Amino acid sequence: MIKFSEEKQKKVEEIIARYPQGKQKSALLPVLHLAQEEFGGWLSSETMDYVASLLSIEPIEVYEVATFYSMYNLKPVGRYIFEVCQTGPCMLNGSDGIIDYIKKTLNIGVGETTTDGLFTLKTVECLGACGYAPMMQLGKFFREHLTKEKVDQIIAECRNNAAANN
Amino acid sequence: MGRKLLIDKAGVPGIRGYEVYRREGGYASVEKAMKNMTPDQVTDEVKKSGLRGRGGAGFPTGMKWSFLAKPEGVPRYLVCNADESEPGTFKDRYLMEFIPHLLIEGLIVSSYALGSHSTYIYIRGEYAWIPDILEQAISEAKAAGWLGKDILGTGFDLEIYVQRGAGAYICGEETALLESLEGKRGNPRIKPPFPAIKGLWDSPTVVNNVETLAAVVPIINISGEEYAKIGVGKSTGTKLLSACGNINKPGVYEIDMTISVEEFIYSDEYCGGIANGKRLKACIPGGSSVPILPANLLLKTAKGETRMMNYESLSDGGFAKGSMMGSGGFIVLDEDQCVVRHTMTLARFYRHESCGQCSPCREGTGWMEKILKNIENGKGKKSDIDLLWDIQRKIEGNTICPLGDAAAWPVAAAIRHFRDEFEWHVDNPEECLRRNYGLANYADPLVAA
Repeated sequence: MIKFSEEKQKKVEEIIARYPQGKQKSALLPVLHLAQEEFGGWLSSETMDYVASLLSIEPIEVYEVATFYSMYNLKPVGRYIFEVCQTGPCMLNGSDGIIDYIKKTLNIGVGETTTDGLFTLKTVECLGACGYAPMMQLGKFFREHLTKEKVDQIIAECRNNAAANN
Repeated sequence: MGRKLLIDKAGVPGIRGYEVYRREGGYASVEKAMKNMTPDQVTDEVKKSGLRGRGGAGFPTGMKWSFLAKPEGVPRYLVCNADESEPGTFKDRYLMEFIPHLLIEGLIVSSYALGSHSTYIYIRGEYAWIPDILEQAISEAKAAGWLGKDILGTGFDLEIYVQRGAGAYICGEETALLESLEGKRGNPRIKPPFPAIKGLWDSPTVVNNVETLAAVVPIINISGEEYAKIGVGKSTGTKLLSACGNINKPGVYEIDMTISVEEFIYSDEYCGGIANGKRLKACIPGGSSVPILPANLLLKTAKGETRMMNYESLSDGGFAKGSMMGSGGFIVLDEDQCVVRHTMTLARFYRHESCGQCSPCREGTGWMEKILKNIENGKGKKSDIDLLWDIQRKIEGNTICPLGDAAAWPVAAAIRHFRDEFEWHVDNPEECLRRNYGLANYADPLVAA
């Protein structure tokens, strides 16, 4: 059985308190974010059922939301997810070349994870950083004005981070 | 240099924090509104200001507020739309990231006007670090007495909450946003009823964009009448533009809507000209949904007048020869860019973001993407161009929400103005893989002159 830490449980209660009585389903998106963070970076059916029980809603209500929004991962992902934007403004500034370079450097295709489980490559649609293109999301933050050199640095940074936190 | 009302202080060191923001005159509009004005007077000022919704549709804000139903004993809500996702648009992010208290201040005044005691900021999930900034500003404002119970002794209570989305462009559409805020898929609702009557949890609700709500602060400070004097015609006040693509100085700029498009692109105060000394080919002036214009029609209207950066002038000529102010997402394409490829990325975007409720949008967006990919990859047929035209026409106006139109318009405008480039791809299936069509007969009027 999975269960939130006490700290996260408190956070869930805090979120539910933002809405009127009986409208706790409104907490679904924020609680799914918390669950994804807490339980390995993706939402298993066990995780989704747990969230349903926390909010007193049916599991199907969680599944339909989890499958609708692009930020919820429905299968295991690497420790570091490179989410590279490929929409118009990024394309005008060379995002295609950046995506190709990451594929070649990490030897994976879009949607794939490196065999060491460290990196997943995803292409995403416009993240609102068009003036700082090309860009990718890495965890909580954006990495902008990407070049091949910058991609190399980011990969090295992730590897160092993984080695330091193992 | 035009007047700046929103982000002129965004560069002041420490403005993100309460102390500096307050020292710079912050929260004066809350004092003025709550101490000297009734909620209806605040709404009247917003009406007088002529402020138009800054999210893209440009609907008069004061009018939207006056539609809000106020039945006894039923809560009303203000929801701030921070789901900024229109390709080319990144102005709200700038405002929230660098001068968050301006939004909080605008939310307090607006909540007071509308009678909302719980106000929600719905922010796109990918802006994952910004909720921390906003929540910090909220707690500072609360500690200083601008939020919470009995604000300034007026008896008015207000809490502001930040809710993150999870990756869905459609949630920028106001009824999809409300669905999402209720913990559901972002499927737009059929209107009517409009949110002003039946919105969040079936209660009367106003949904406004970040920039719109921030603009309420200067409106109350200087008065609606003064605000309306800035700008021209029905384009009152200042507007944030986010400029991107092939320009020297991409970024967020505040304009007072009296400058020309040419000045915006070439002046060092704004975009600083086309990058790498290239020539201007085309531009999408108001976010990916609005029609692309070739350089000649961008800088001058069909009547030969200078095109200005405001609502009326940008739409001069209708969709045949004009475009729209939209969300202010200004995307510039240089002479080497391929319009077919660019349009394909937008078609792919809309296919990815269609919620799937309405079949013209669900099926049509994917179909358009497929055809555009074929043409771009040298596998297109001449008849594909007419087919594309036909598909976009059948999507437009036939869906519950405007995403269908938003997907149709970029394709329509690209064919309308760059048909020869599409035909060239079809006629030269191998060459189009090796090089781009370039400027061809779309001469840059500035160079040609």
